[in-house]
Amino acid sequence: MLGTGILKGMVETAKNFAGSYHDPERLTTVEYPEQRIAPKENARQFPMLIHDTEDPMKGLRCVACQICEKECPPQCIYIVKSKDKRADYKGQMQFYPATFDIDISVCMSCQICVEVCPFESIKMDTEFELSNTDRFGGLLIHKEQLAKSNEHYRKIHPADAAASDAVLAAEVAKAQAKAKADAEAKAAKAAAEAKAKADAAVAGTVPAPATSTAPQPTSPPAAPAA
Amino acid sequence: MTLQDLTQAMGKPTFQRKAEVIGIGREGELLEVAMGPQHPSTHGVFRMDVVLDGETIVKLKPVFGYLHRNHEKIAENTSYLASMPYTDRLDYFCSLTNNWAYALSVEKLAGLQVPERAEYIRLITAELTRLLNHTCLAGFLLQDMGALGTPLMYAFREREKILDLIESLTGARMMCNYMRFGGCRCDLPPGWVDAAKKVVAEYSKFLDEFETLLSGNEILMARTQGVGKLSAELAVSAGVTGPMLRASGVDYDLRKVDAYGIYARYPFRIPLGTHGDVYDRYMVRMLEMRESLKILEPALKDIPEGPVVDPKAKLRGFRPKPGEAYGRIEGPKGELGFYLISDGSPNPYRYRVRPPSLINLTVLEDMCLGQTVADAIVSLGSVDIVLGEVDR
Amino acid sequence: MAMETLEQIKARVEAAVPGAQLTLVKNDSPSAQHSLLVSVEHAFAVAKFLRDDPQLRLDYCSNVTGVDFLDAELSEKVKVKKVVDGVEKEVEEVKKTKRAGYLEVVYHLYSMALKHGPVILRQRISGRSDPVTVTSLTPLWRSAEFQEREVFDLYGILFDGHPDLRRLLMWDGFKDYPMRKDYVEPDDYEYEPTAHDEVLEKAKAHMPKHEVKA
Repeated sequence: MLGTGILKGMVETAKNFAGSYHDPERLTTVEYPEQRIAPKENARQFPMLIHDTEDPMKGLRCVACQICEKECPPQCIYIVKSKDKRADYKGQMQFYPATFDIDISVCMSCQICVEVCPFESIKMDTEFELSNTDRFGGLLIHKEQLAKSNEHYRKIHPADAAASDAVLAAEVAKAQAKAKADAEAKAAKAAAEAKAKADAAVAGTVPAPATSTAPQPTSPPAAPAA
Repeated sequence: MTLQDLTQAMGKPTFQRKAEVIGIGREGELLEVAMGPQHPSTHGVFRMDVVLDGETIVKLKPVFGYLHRNHEKIAENTSYLASMPYTDRLDYFCSLTNNWAYALSVEKLAGLQVPERAEYIRLITAELTRLLNHTCLAGFLLQDMGALGTPLMYAFREREKILDLIESLTGARMMCNYMRFGGCRCDLPPGWVDAAKKVVAEYSKFLDEFETLLSGNEILMARTQGVGKLSAELAVSAGVTGPMLRASGVDYDLRKVDAYGIYARYPFRIPLGTHGDVYDRYMVRMLEMRESLKILEPALKDIPEGPVVDPKAKLRGFRPKPGEAYGRIEGPKGELGFYLISDGSPNPYRYRVRPPSLINLTVLEDMCLGQTVADAIVSLGSVDIVLGEVDR
Repeated sequence: MAMETLEQIKARVEAAVPGAQLTLVKNDSPSAQHSLLVSVEHAFAVAKFLRDDPQLRLDYCSNVTGVDFLDAELSEKVKVKKVVDGVEKEVEEVKKTKRAGYLEVVYHLYSMALKHGPVILRQRISGRSDPVTVTSLTPLWRSAEFQEREVFDLYGILFDGHPDLRRLLMWDGFKDYPMRKDYVEPDDYEYEPTAHDEVLEKAKAHMPKHEVKA
């Protein structure tokens, strides 16, 4: 009969109308900004720079290698490398960014800077309420605004932050082991040299030439492998 | 004017009809109208220059380029990886299938293998994308017909559930930038498969409701049946692909023909239309969604553990050997192809997108001639265009 | 059903179309999609044969695109036998050849009826300034209509026999062909806060003197 389809459809809309009062499956919207949906753990908006120390500008992990600047598809990152160096989290002397700007009116939130960064220093923030009345300057974000603490990162992306911390911890451990091994090797070398000198002094007043058959210093207690 | 006059005049072409009813003994004048680029029914900045005789269309020329940004030139000036987020912006409803098409072409060019788990993730995300695209298209089509709001809002409500899944996987609702050459960017988050299973299980219930609301609706049938007909011969010659081609009765689905990815493992049917009109196009999409659910359900059960990216694939400094490759997939809108030429440098020498939306519009004039303006809007809606892809 | 090899297709086309000479263009990438190069004069007849031949039935022209190759110097490593110190040895030598630039139109043909493909057809034409004309295949496949218009728009290649050859994406008054490799973009500078590399160089020309950074 003509009109049956329309009537069936209207029953459907009536079901949805009534359902919207009690069934959360049928009313999925919330009243923003009073109510908010919990953010997804993987959600990403714009990049941020991670720092480890109290003073954000001193503890930035970024070493101004400029890889992200080169790889950024819309070229929205601008970095000026520092003239001097400072110690990073491993104690290694590194450059740091004298200027680090991101133009978030150009940034397309693609996360490629995060993927290419070898220093775990640039990550994605979840802040999205960044509207501004200044079209150019206000949307150009400097390193002071970009710097976020590692605690903040742990809070917004717990799983990623744990993985990132593990990578850094492994690197620090590796660096420490290497430093330790280096120090021990150095100490061992010094000891060996001292012993060789002492041996030479015992053998005679004239130091033996390098090619002499004087007993070679026995190797000192082996340094643990790095 | 009596009823008899009108019925007599109905059998004649519009201009004569109008002239006779009004009582003028000459032909009506032709009127040229630019529909768009700010026309609400054009799904974006698309213009149709139509020549009207009364309300009948006698000529229709689509005008493109309002959203042109020369995506291909940009891609030829950046690295292979940097083009991946730009592909999201082609057909911004279906960024995951765009990602897949591009990744597939680069994998062909560089000879990369995709791990098993990544193949499953790609198949699942692509079918979810197909679901949300077809659902929304049905909503937009109804919106074009004047059913303001209701069907579209129902469609958007369901789309939101899929977008939630996509966001928790990729980090973004629409601009996913998820696939990489030789796999996917990251693994599924914990609990994702269960959430996806729930959405998929509930989707067929929604489709039943949606179809009760729409498919049997007499107004919808009156507005779409016999409107915008497209013959199979013309569809093949004009390179029409996707649901629009299958609605004209041509059995050609790249998921079967090329069997890319792991589509060969899952049985599914290809819905075909017989009339090639707007109603068939709508119906083919509805049925295709049910077939997608048939792929998704077992795929979500079978998904294996393992790595999601080929360890040989390099993220930075990716330079395929010189050569060329054309890769294509069955996107929700039709055949989405990428043609790449490498000269051994980090940037593609030639990067070409074969946009299904643009090529499907080739037949727009043929579908609309002799019909009214209101029918042209519906015909355009049934083509399923996204201007980000048409203009690139 | 597997398609014939490209060599077999080439032989059959050359037998069927009088005067047509096809060249096989090798593709060394893992995709192994080799293509057939056809002269502009015979393109239409060859394409018609490919479309109508019952064994091929390439009824679907999927993709049409232009490619621009500039003049280039190709270096190729060649093994040459040479007499070095009285002993014959194989020595690798770098052979340099000059390649004149050319524009190309590439057609990817498939068969919807027999579900095979692709057969890739190329039309190549040297010279860039004088009107560059190739044969339009739109009369055979409607799907080439918009795509050939796009190639005309972006590469400036004219298609002989196209029913409606106008610009597709750029506006009518636009002069240049943006996808050509030697295209120079116009100097229409817009303010950009994070300019670098070429963009920075361009920006400097537009900055007031005192703002120019070192």
